[in-house]
Amino acid sequence: MRSVICVAALLLAVGPSGRPAAAQDTSAIDRGVRIGIIYRPGVRPGLVMLPRSGMGLDTVRAMIARDLDYSDRFEVITLPGGDSIRLATSSSAPTRGTGTSRSGTRTPATGGAQAGGLNYPLYQALGADFALDITAAGDTTVATLHDIAAASIRRAVRVKLPRPGDADFRQAVHRLADLTLLAALGTPGIAATRILFVREGKVYQIDQDGADQKLVSSTDRQAMSPAWSADGRHFAYMEFQAGKGWLYLQDMANGKRTAVSTTGSALDFTPAFSPDGQTLAFSRATEDGTDLYTINVKTNCCLRRLTVGRFSDNLSPTFSPDGQRIAFVSTRPGLPQIYVMAADGTDQQLFAPFDYGVTGSSNAPEWSPDGQSVAFHRDVAGTLQVFVLDVRTRTVRQLTSVGRNEDPTWAPDSRHLAFVSDRSGYRQLWIIDLDTGRIRPLLQQSGARLPAWSPRLSEAPSTTP
Amino acid sequence: MKSVSLLLALGLGAAVVIGSSCGGNPPPANTTPAIDTAAENARIRDSINAANAEAERQAAAERERIENQRRADSLAALARAGEEVRTTLGAMIHFDLDKSNIRADDMGALDQKVAILQANPDLRIRIGGHCDERGSDEYNLALGNRRAQAAKQYLVSHGIDASRIETQSWGEERPLVDGHDENAWSQNRRDEFEPISGGDNLRRP
Repeated sequence: MRSVICVAALLLAVGPSGRPAAAQDTSAIDRGVRIGIIYRPGVRPGLVMLPRSGMGLDTVRAMIARDLDYSDRFEVITLPGGDSIRLATSSSAPTRGTGTSRSGTRTPATGGAQAGGLNYPLYQALGADFALDITAAGDTTVATLHDIAAASIRRAVRVKLPRPGDADFRQAVHRLADLTLLAALGTPGIAATRILFVREGKVYQIDQDGADQKLVSSTDRQAMSPAWSADGRHFAYMEFQAGKGWLYLQDMANGKRTAVSTTGSALDFTPAFSPDGQTLAFSRATEDGTDLYTINVKTNCCLRRLTVGRFSDNLSPTFSPDGQRIAFVSTRPGLPQIYVMAADGTDQQLFAPFDYGVTGSSNAPEWSPDGQSVAFHRDVAGTLQVFVLDVRTRTVRQLTSVGRNEDPTWAPDSRHLAFVSDRSGYRQLWIIDLDTGRIRPLLQQSGARLPAWSPRLSEAPSTTP
Repeated sequence: MKSVSLLLALGLGAAVVIGSSCGGNPPPANTTPAIDTAAENARIRDSINAANAEAERQAAAERERIENQRRADSLAALARAGEEVRTTLGAMIHFDLDKSNIRADDMGALDQKVAILQANPDLRIRIGGHCDERGSDEYNLALGNRRAQAAKQYLVSHGIDASRIETQSWGEERPLVDGHDENAWSQNRRDEFEPISGGDNLRRP
């Protein structure tokens, strides 16, 4: 991890607030501000958001800057003091118009390379590998990504954003952030994703940046265990009803819900979609204990029992992304541990190694979208901690150690996990980046649990039923 | 109080009878006309009859009152018995952490439920298994199911027809006691028992 500390020393006398008065700051950049940078070695490229004001894009810029920050793939360089420094824009210095380039970037002091209208050496000195400029061109929003080392524009992404406040505005901005990340690094982002979770028996959704929390449960009955379909258009969940556990599928766009056929006769819980969306695997508790079943939810046919526990319980299925295998929890060694089998129920075997009589209960597995890992939680000294199993080597590593941490769910980039933690004093949702170890709270509300991170959400499906 | 007035009434009647028998044998020297004597005798007889009737009426009222009281007491006792049986039936059993085996100190409570189910053949019950908040949320649904099944199997193995017992699991979703300490947890790791039919007028085993 590299941290860049931008130290701004205002050498010129400024007001007590530290902000130069607007009428006096026209030459403040050249003479009054010194930018110092302290590096620590690391691998993440630096990205600077070019500060601009106006154009009605402040919200868009702030959202994209945060999305890129939350991607944990960049060292997002914040220019100190924001627009008061006016490092990069001359919009407030019309009297020095000769220094203003087409893109509004002004040449400080000595000038320098100006391809793309940017002072690339300056940003290189700031530690930036990329610079992102968000501008408006008529009703089109343009995200221009500069490659600082190449001293050129890497890509300009043009999109027509809905108006702020429109239903799809935020998701459209998140998609623009993901396109920017794709342009910079060639890998898709996770900005346009949501997380389902349960709070006080109801299912809610929230954007990955913590905005737009919304109730999606449509009844007053107690619900548990939301699970996304791979296309992000549906989710399955369990609802208590007359002492049974019912499984429902709900359409994300219109809220319409359908009971899974054959449900309602027993306690059905922990649904999980197969990657092709055809099959729903779930746990069913009966007199014989709890066992795993699958049903085809497209044809409402073919209930299949995958495990026969007799004296042990089998639950919490999760498909591998190729649909060939199912990881699950089994109590066959006494305490619940993580097992794996072929998707047809054959070849059942231990998946996450444990020391008999020493290792605590292991539960809540979720297979990563890249297929390489299975996240789960394990009882360690009387509390729960998040672990990750490496599928190839079958080794586990403990990811958390502060407080109680449980029910991990993978982001589509397979490097972020959302989970429940009480590290702040009450149970809420947190997000951790496995590569950097950075951790942030998703929402500041107690009682949130059982999160499920969506796949990448493409254009919002039509809201007409 | 009532019995005192009854004695008084009987005493009054006896006095009247004694008085009349004395008056009923007048000395021959009596010069009172015969007609007058006959009328006087009739009057005395009527008086005696009236007193007897009154005494009889009061005694009957008392008998009815006692009968009503006895019936009421009996029904109350019956209701108390039903309530007691219901309480015994509803007594919860508890489990050790992450365990679903019946504890030795709960077998007596289950034996009582066996007796109640045997004494009330129409009674059907539901067993709800619950867990504390410490385990995994979803695993607790399986564990709660195991706990409900453990109690059901105990009852069935002691001769109760399995069809009379429904089970369900609530996992940790319905804690009995709010709290985050062992006291709350130990109370929340439980099976609950409730009648679903035939639960009125439960007979004592």
